[in-house]
Amino acid sequence: MAKVIKLRKGLDVRLKGRATAEITSVKGSDEYALVPDDFVGMKPKVVVKEGDVVKAGDALLTDKLHPEVKFVSPVGGTVSLVERGDRRKLLSVRVKPDASIAPREFNTKGDVKTLLMESGLFAFFRSRPYDVVANPEDKPKAIFVSAFNSMPLAQDFEVVLKGQETDFQTGITTLSKLAPVHLGISARQTSTALTVAKDCEVTVFDGPAPAGNVGVQINHISPINKGEVVWTMGPEEVIFVGRLMRTGRVDLTRTVALAGSEVKKPCYVKMLVGQKLDTMLEGQLDAGKHLRIINGNVMTGVKTTADGFLAAHATEVNVIPEGDDNAEMLGWIMPRLKEFSTSRSYFSWLQGSKKEYVLDARVKGGERHMIMSGEYDRVFPMDIYAGYLIKAIIAGDIDRQEQLGIYEVAPEDFAIAEFVDSSKLELQRIVREGLDILRRENA
Amino acid sequence: MKALRNYLDKIKPNFEEGGKLHAFQSLFDGLETFAFVPRTTGRAGSVNIHDAIDSKRIISFVIIALIPALLFGMYNIGYQNALAAGKLGEATVLGMWWFGFLAVLPKIVVSYAVGLGIEFTVAQWKHEEIQEGFLATGILIPMIVPVTTPLWMLALAVAFSVILAKEIFGGTGMNIFNPALVTRAFLFFSYPSAMTGDNTVWVAGKSLLGAGYDVTGADALSGATPLGQAAQEGFAGFDSSTIMNAIYGLIPGSVGETSVIAIALGALLLLWTGVASWKIMLSVFVGGAATGWLMQAAGLTSIQWYEHLVLGGFAFGAVFMATDPVTSARTEGGKYIYGLLIGLVAVMVRVLNPGYPEGMMLAILLMNLFAPLIDYCFVQRNISRRAKRATNIK
Repeated sequence: MAKVIKLRKGLDVRLKGRATAEITSVKGSDEYALVPDDFVGMKPKVVVKEGDVVKAGDALLTDKLHPEVKFVSPVGGTVSLVERGDRRKLLSVRVKPDASIAPREFNTKGDVKTLLMESGLFAFFRSRPYDVVANPEDKPKAIFVSAFNSMPLAQDFEVVLKGQETDFQTGITTLSKLAPVHLGISARQTSTALTVAKDCEVTVFDGPAPAGNVGVQINHISPINKGEVVWTMGPEEVIFVGRLMRTGRVDLTRTVALAGSEVKKPCYVKMLVGQKLDTMLEGQLDAGKHLRIINGNVMTGVKTTADGFLAAHATEVNVIPEGDDNAEMLGWIMPRLKEFSTSRSYFSWLQGSKKEYVLDARVKGGERHMIMSGEYDRVFPMDIYAGYLIKAIIAGDIDRQEQLGIYEVAPEDFAIAEFVDSSKLELQRIVREGLDILRRENA
Repeated sequence: MKALRNYLDKIKPNFEEGGKLHAFQSLFDGLETFAFVPRTTGRAGSVNIHDAIDSKRIISFVIIALIPALLFGMYNIGYQNALAAGKLGEATVLGMWWFGFLAVLPKIVVSYAVGLGIEFTVAQWKHEEIQEGFLATGILIPMIVPVTTPLWMLALAVAFSVILAKEIFGGTGMNIFNPALVTRAFLFFSYPSAMTGDNTVWVAGKSLLGAGYDVTGADALSGATPLGQAAQEGFAGFDSSTIMNAIYGLIPGSVGETSVIAIALGALLLLWTGVASWKIMLSVFVGGAATGWLMQAAGLTSIQWYEHLVLGGFAFGAVFMATDPVTSARTEGGKYIYGLLIGLVAVMVRVLNPGYPEGMMLAILLMNLFAPLIDYCFVQRNISRRAKRATNIK
């Protein structure tokens, strides 16, 4: 029987528009993109030219620091654009698909690490400290996979898993050849592919968001100490690995949750990584409204447009009202029954835990210094003083950041704290910048 | 409402960089965000949705929580005035409240005008948003001074506290000491005769705009606070009516501090909404009660332990001052220690210091100073645990 860890701290925000278990397929898009910004911490080097013909699984980018780590095309076709922005920063590499080009075949018999690096799947490993693309020279003490996402409007992994159980198990088995694998599952998940998964240690987490964050799970199973490295991988990416081992081909098809109050029919959509979002959004949105399309989760994802491309790690696309056309009066005193708050100065405590809210993207207050105490700790289920760590990052005090456990956290772990913060500090941005500075300092 | 929104949108460019009214941008921004919830939406890379709570809402609830104590304080001023003048029989409830209102209103106006004036100027100078912290401080200040405090002293003290206790540290959220208590301390040490004096300061002795009564000098002496009486020689203990009056609030004292019932109403609101920490509030009372009991058991005082809790500024300080989230301890365990020590020091000052009957202000200010040290110990425990974990592995 797997070990059960109960988490008390955290917060489940119930939002309207959760995806139903129905899986729809959409037609492919006329262009696919590989966006290097999706792979945090990597220095991209383009290895193709515009006009080159590539197969699905051929490298488009490599990491300047580790050229053996490849970032591959999700489709076969012609490289149509190498898009650069200010100071020639690489924004994306676009590929026009051609169905006649067969995917690249990989030999799955050899060394697992080499295979993963060559096939572009190693790039989906993230390493802690720093929450960046993993360094192949590191010796991770373990690989952590969280099989559930506890954030609102997130993908339900059991919907994705259905029919792909074998690939998932193959993926786990493959990863276990690199380092011991820890699989974190939710108390609500019943699929035997998870509960009795082989070649890994299964731990059950029971509690509100962010219990599904792999960082929280690491902190409870085997916290990271200075000098140690762990790798993490999303559960759907484990399926990618399984598929590769079964077929010898790279298939980056995700089952993406399309969810949010502004989506007409929230559902799951089979899509390739890098596919244009308008293929899934067609007929799903109201054209006249101010909407926010989020590449990823409402708590952690990045605002994009229908012309955007499905981000590499995005397991859902959420659409909520932008709210910048909302003229709400005297917010400091009105009852505001439609709003959600953890504070009892509002009335959401009266409206039951079943009510689903429609929240827009407004910050709903001005940014202040940290005033209230203990706000973050209530929703931060790790043995870390979140408020003090944030202060240390703002102050740029590197020694103190280390002492307070910055190596154990990723920006996403602060998402719920950022949501409840009455001082409206941008915690995820602060943590990301802090981690980047620390990584440069320690390099 | 729409018209107002449109009007604000129309005049807004005047206040932005390069507009002719740019010097008043902070003021405009303050009023705009007061009228409408800001429409700014989250940037890419931060969370996309937010809890509806913000610091404006929090401060608003602190002010609402203060209203019962403030309204009762006004009534009590009229009551004490009528009592001192010997006219309690003919005074009406509304008339007594009206007198108190007239006595307190100028203090509130002065406190807000001076404090907010400085805050607006500093915000404009630093190109920051106006921070609403002073809205609570500004109403607290008139509630913790004697009714007879001259307005010029109040203005000077508010300016001192806002500039030297708050703005030089970086404004709301960065201050070490509670600004309202710094105001009180400034007055106390600079103008002791006007703050406690010979116990003539607690009762308003002049009629205002035809309300209230003129009190002759000899009667005014009766206006010592119960703690003031207790500090005098030959004190043998309170009778029960004094304690009941202290619970109702019909005793001389600073404007808002007298009524335990009114303060309790505010405390309920603060605790229910989670604005104030119950850990701090509870532990202040526990610390005070325990120390009071020990002092009495040791034969150092004839004040009962529970009498400490209802007299003077103890309840007001515990509910509204000690719980200020910025200046109190920030770690959950630290909050207990912080609260207990406030209760302990307050009662110790009351009992062991012959010259000064009230200890709450000094206790809270002292613990404001020690709160970071208390937190340091708790945070350091976490740090050591992490460090130990690392060495165990190697």
